[in-house]
Amino acid sequence: MRRLLLVCLSVHSLLLLSSCQTMESAATLATGIGQGAGVISASQAESLRKTTKAVARSAEEFTPEQEYYIGRTVGAVVLGTYPAYDHRIVNEYVNLIGQTLAQVSDLPAIFGGYHFLVLDSNEINAFATPSGLVFVTRGLLRCCRHEDALAAVLAHEIGHIQLRHGMQAIEKARMTEALTTIAAEGAKTLGSREVASLTQTFGGTISDITGALIKGGYARSSEYAADQAAVTLLRRVGYDPNGLTEMLGVMKKNLRAGGPDFARTHPAPDDRLAEIQKKGLRYAAVPAHAPRQARFLKALGNI
Amino acid sequence: MRAGKPILITVFLCLWVVFTGFAQPQKTMSVQVKEGQIRNTPSFLAKILAKPTYGDRVEIIQDKGAWKKVASRGVQGWMHASALTTKTVVLRAGATNVETTATGSEIALAGKGFNEEVEKQYKSLNRNLDYTWVDRMERFQVSSDQMEAFLKQGKVTPPEGAVP
Repeated sequence: MRRLLLVCLSVHSLLLLSSCQTMESAATLATGIGQGAGVISASQAESLRKTTKAVARSAEEFTPEQEYYIGRTVGAVVLGTYPAYDHRIVNEYVNLIGQTLAQVSDLPAIFGGYHFLVLDSNEINAFATPSGLVFVTRGLLRCCRHEDALAAVLAHEIGHIQLRHGMQAIEKARMTEALTTIAAEGAKTLGSREVASLTQTFGGTISDITGALIKGGYARSSEYAADQAAVTLLRRVGYDPNGLTEMLGVMKKNLRAGGPDFARTHPAPDDRLAEIQKKGLRYAAVPAHAPRQARFLKALGNI
Repeated sequence: MRAGKPILITVFLCLWVVFTGFAQPQKTMSVQVKEGQIRNTPSFLAKILAKPTYGDRVEIIQDKGAWKKVASRGVQGWMHASALTTKTVVLRAGATNVETTATGSEIALAGKGFNEEVEKQYKSLNRNLDYTWVDRMERFQVSSDQMEAFLKQGKVTPPEGAVP
């Protein structure tokens, strides 16, 4: 019995120790780099190492407020590549569906709330920032034949946000560097040099996320997970989860091979369809709802 | 049978070791979003009774799934757990004691790290970045009443017990 107890105790403490040590050594490395580059003094570096232990213990990334600022700039970068579609009726309709879906997600409360915007582009694409800003192109809206399909597109993006895929795109070293600099702010108000260093880290964080969002795409497993989250959200609100199935069917036809869009950053619609069916979604045609279809066509009939 | 009791005690001790520190329920929590919502029932369509702001402390009365019954400034109602943190949100970074802020697990400093100042600085270095539409889309708001009317008009009915 005593042996069993000892084993339990040591496994427990080993688990605790190993996670803390990894973070601390990473912090040592990052402060070393900062020090070498002359950004911070030796004494500041020492106090950073001390405070980072606290950060490592909490093992938490960024506050929702910081995610909010990351997301705003990621949004500005997206809007630097794709212009906004300035159409009140379209954007209001998309926000009604999107914000309602977000409310039933596992992360309904987000620092600045969820907001949706249509992009004036024929590409088939969508982007979600960690802060709750969601962008969908007109090209993607054209893959939706009814409201349940549009809800599926928006629910997939909300899935990426609630599963924090954007924040996971930040490189490990950068994450540690950022958390280390931020921890130092607890000790003193930042001077202009530290703000400059923090801004540089911020810029790196933005490129990590936009790199994944616009260029590289997330891992296939993340896309499948977002589809799964979408199926759940659709069911919770009362939309037909096969809205996703039918949207992917149209997308398959609309995607151009080698096009600069979804095809590059997402698994093929067929693979996504196979995956959601594997997870238990049986296909049955989405039934027609007259009032729902009328308002869908009114808002998006000419998209 | 004789070995049963000691094993039971061991299992209990192991569990105790693992859960030490987690067992104490939090009595108060802080709002971690810009604007929180206290509703009269644990539902996203329920009437909003009060809107506590970032850093406000609320007293936790009861847990129900992803919702928490809270009390704040004389108002009792329900908040979604994602709007709350167990950390104390300190609104002014400068005024806080150095030693306490170093233990970041209990305290979150508002306006710390990536903040408005960093955004401003980044903007000045990247003048081609335009936040006009980011600011505009942040003003797209849909109220609970609008959501309810929209769902009803489209005959979109959440199945019973589907929303956590």
